[in-house]
Amino acid sequence: MQTIYMDNNATTKVDPDVLNEMMPYLTDLYGNPSSMHRFGGQVGSKVAEARLRVANLLGCDPDEIIFTACGTESDNTAIRSALRAQPNKKHIITTRVEHPAILSLCKHLEKREGYTVTFLSVDESGNLNMEEFKKALRDDTAIVSVMWANNETGVIFPVEEMAAICQERKVIFHTDAVQAVGKVPIDLSRTPIDMLSLSGHKLHAPKGIGALFVRKRLPYRPFMIGGHQERGRRAGTENTPAVIALGKACELAGLHIQDENTRVKALRDKLESGLLETVPHSRLNGDKEKRLPNTSNISFGYIEGEAILLMLDQLGICASSGSACTSGSLEPSHVLRAMGVPYNFAHGSIRFSLSRYNTEQEVDFVIENLPKVIENLRELSPFSADGDDGASCATPRVTE
Amino acid sequence: MWEYTDKVKDHFLNPRNAGPMKDADGVGQVGSLACGDALKLYLKIDDDGIIRDAKFQTFGCASAIASSSALTELLKGKTIEEAQQITNKDIAEYLGGLPREKMHCSVMGQEALEQAIKNYRGEAGPVAEHDHEGELICECFGIFEEEILKAIEENDLKTVEDITNFTKAGGGCGKCVPDLEELLAQARGDKAACPAPEPPSSPSSGMTNLQRMRLIEQVIDEEIRPMLQKDGGNIELIDVDRTDVYVRLLGMCVGCPSSQATLTGLVEARLKEKVDPEIVVKEG
Repeated sequence: MQTIYMDNNATTKVDPDVLNEMMPYLTDLYGNPSSMHRFGGQVGSKVAEARLRVANLLGCDPDEIIFTACGTESDNTAIRSALRAQPNKKHIITTRVEHPAILSLCKHLEKREGYTVTFLSVDESGNLNMEEFKKALRDDTAIVSVMWANNETGVIFPVEEMAAICQERKVIFHTDAVQAVGKVPIDLSRTPIDMLSLSGHKLHAPKGIGALFVRKRLPYRPFMIGGHQERGRRAGTENTPAVIALGKACELAGLHIQDENTRVKALRDKLESGLLETVPHSRLNGDKEKRLPNTSNISFGYIEGEAILLMLDQLGICASSGSACTSGSLEPSHVLRAMGVPYNFAHGSIRFSLSRYNTEQEVDFVIENLPKVIENLRELSPFSADGDDGASCATPRVTE
Repeated sequence: MWEYTDKVKDHFLNPRNAGPMKDADGVGQVGSLACGDALKLYLKIDDDGIIRDAKFQTFGCASAIASSSALTELLKGKTIEEAQQITNKDIAEYLGGLPREKMHCSVMGQEALEQAIKNYRGEAGPVAEHDHEGELICECFGIFEEEILKAIEENDLKTVEDITNFTKAGGGCGKCVPDLEELLAQARGDKAACPAPEPPSSPSSGMTNLQRMRLIEQVIDEEIRPMLQKDGGNIELIDVDRTDVYVRLLGMCVGCPSSQATLTGLVEARLKEKVDPEIVVKEG
């Protein structure tokens, strides 16, 4: 059976060119870049090349790139660094819809370590309110951390504008750009963003590699303490094959970003309109315009997401859901709840996230087969739009 | 991905007895759209009280659909009395087991069955209403004390996580977790068949207020403080108001993530033992 992979916001296929680039460093060229001999040294110069490639994609200096193990480590490092560099500042601003790498950390800091955290709300389209943001800034705000693009809905936040406001107020601005890198043009030489996190496996590099951009002269405190690797800013022997892979993946991302925003976007749009037109009681979650070109989050009313996913799995289609049953918690996704998506739709949300490897045939196959899955599950369901008075579903937006 | 048995997958992909029944003799509906799962069970019962047919409509995940399908298969041909003996465990067993986090799907089946039988007997409408006795514990999912105690009893639940897996209570905001801990302690306490021990007479009974305060001070100075000092912490007694003892944690105890555990597990426990079982320690 064919596999139609439309879950690229979860992880991506390693590009064959990326694999070729890293392979020698898993086999023959296993030297340690810190070594004094040429055998290790040649790996060191390849790591330097990778750093340059990452910097080129982001429009920054190679010295401003720190390699980490994952997006979560980059996020944790950024926040912890800002807090420890400014011990008198006890306030953090973030949003309700961040990835758990930021959200859980901020809740932990609030509950266990005495910080005050402002969680900015979003409207029904998933957009932030800039007035609310400006009002939330305080003299003791240590850091503002706002994702560049949301992993569930693809909604893009105005991080460059927010970074400019933070610069005026002399507040450190960090962005979790894990979903944005490679899909949204980024030029850090033209925006005052102080720190930026990215993750390799979201852009066709392998798992286990991430990077953190830290602007020159920004006060920085390392998270990992140990050897002098990464100029003392991230101890631990470099994961050289993965670093080299990330470098190659960033180079390729620069070449493919146009394609992502034209061909992949057109495929996404075809899939989205095809499904919204053929399936009754379906709706798009998130701002239609200000959005990643590859992501579409659609809710199918009156049925449950996990059941939809397992039916799609039978057809070889891979997607994900914000329903309670898939998340391990018992509530639908925090992003959909923050947006106030009514329960009769929140439980039936499906996220399709495409990549440059998807084809039009695949999109056509999904458009052709998914409506039948929805129909079958609706036949099983005791609920329908006919009997829906909305009473059980009119849930207000979560205001925690 | 959940580890579903082949039987669960089969009943999900090929549900038996799905769909509404027009001339049902008993109907039971539990759950809601908001909760993320719901089941409507229809029973056709003949004059001898034998279930001739059972059908279902389910909104929910794969295991909810499979549990409903399994329930209808279990019910067909049984008398009402036999049907009443079916528990959520029978549903799970029929399916070769469910992931622990999904046990609440089988509990939903049992609840729908109870409602359908009540409805058949004319004791209730088709839709379950919360006429439960006792307190509403979990506001997120509308779970009452009675349901939780029943799940603990029938499934021999031992942890709060188990309660959440079986009833969903505590799976939302988590505010009721302390209540669940209490219910668990209560239920498991009741289970221990030994007679309730006589409440220990308080060592401080018969003491004057001043004597009692001196005893509290003495226990803190001689027993509690040395233990905290070993970890670089300290404690200060601020006030005593009948059984409320106000203290302040100092040194390394400040901001220690386990300071609350220290207060109740160490300070309060020791004072309860040595002075008065009624004592409550508060941070002043």
